[in-house]
Amino acid sequence: MIPAPFDYVRAGSLAEAIDFLRRDPDGTKLVAGGHTLIPTLKLRLASPALLVDIRGVAEMKGILVGEDSISIGVLTTHAELLASHALHQVLPIFRQAANLIADPQVRNRGTIGGSLANADPAADWPAIVIALKAELEVASASGSRRVAANDFFVDIFSTALEPDEVLVAIHIPRPAADTRFSYRKIRHPASGYAVVGVAAGVRVNVGVAADVSIGVTGAAGHAFAGDVAAKFLAGKALSQGNIGEAARLQSAATECLSDRYASAEYRASLVRTEITRALLALAA
Amino acid sequence: MVEAEKRHTVTIEINGIRRTLEVESRKLLVHLIRDDLGLTGTHIGCDTSQCGACTVEIDGQATKSCTVLAVMADGASITTIEGVSPAGSPLDPVQTAFHEHHALQCGFCTPGMIMSVRQLLRAHPDPSEDDIRHGIAGNICRCTGYHNIVRAVESLVAKG
Repeated sequence: MIPAPFDYVRAGSLAEAIDFLRRDPDGTKLVAGGHTLIPTLKLRLASPALLVDIRGVAEMKGILVGEDSISIGVLTTHAELLASHALHQVLPIFRQAANLIADPQVRNRGTIGGSLANADPAADWPAIVIALKAELEVASASGSRRVAANDFFVDIFSTALEPDEVLVAIHIPRPAADTRFSYRKIRHPASGYAVVGVAAGVRVNVGVAADVSIGVTGAAGHAFAGDVAAKFLAGKALSQGNIGEAARLQSAATECLSDRYASAEYRASLVRTEITRALLALAA
Repeated sequence: MVEAEKRHTVTIEINGIRRTLEVESRKLLVHLIRDDLGLTGTHIGCDTSQCGACTVEIDGQATKSCTVLAVMADGASITTIEGVSPAGSPLDPVQTAFHEHHALQCGFCTPGMIMSVRQLLRAHPDPSEDDIRHGIAGNICRCTGYHNIVRAVESLVAKG
């Protein structure tokens, strides 16, 4: 399969990338790993006039583990997230989740920023950045702003990014040292994407849940925070009974997608079991 | 629309040889390798980045070349199966292990498998069976000969 013709340029800086995008937002696509975009071009589901290669943009690279927050440039590949020792020390969920994404070759090229900006309803990183209460930094010619991860995903393949905006970095508030995070998914056997995936974070204080955060992917049109379950558990013991009830309430409150792989009813059932399993593992 | 079909000059080092070529923006790396350079050991299987038959090393990293634009490989160092053991030189230890353990049937997936196993062994010199299966998860063998492939890789570990 061969894509429709397009032109190709390299952006040397964030300002240059923004400038290329601003000139023709609808006809321009940014490319880094290309592991979603290139298959899309080959299938001719997209035919942009111009591809802007952003791999050389220094402002979009690197992992910075700071005192108060952790920043990850959008160009960071899944393989780099898997390999980063500094990140693993503070947030082992990144290695755990990266290892569940696609396969080694795809992890070598695909980027976390591409996954987030593409907003596939079954992608893994959206659930994780939501559970980590991350802020997503986006930039345009008029400056930069931060969007809470839970507000970033608005619909199927649709985000809070304006057509002239570029996703630059992910900023994660450094969690208390005793907060534990975990990600698990029911993996679609062919695509590897999540039929339903759940990222959860828990901090237990004197026997009760002090902080609970949950991100769910695959279930609905976009990843979302499992706030119904989190609110139910706040201040309660992480018992099997409480966890089961929290998961049941969240499942009942979720309007699930239905497709040829999984009915809405089945996905709702998976929301319940995956939240239960994720929280039970963290409570143990 | 921006002027389409624009051509670009790309310089790559392929199997140790520096080459400069003119490519169309939309040309895939696998087509550059097979059609322009005549290195047909890199196969096209699914053409949708599922099967791994087109796996090559780009700057030392196993990559599915059907999902890379040739223009994006500018400046890269690429190794294909032909570069693993150039004609006249002995087989690479991974190739020898595949040969000895009957780790190929039709052979279509083999070049990609070899490239993935090379990366696996660089990252995990002493992989468990789980590590091996996880490491070749991006390569599909439609003869389903995975068992012997795993045994071939295990034999390399046992040899140290």
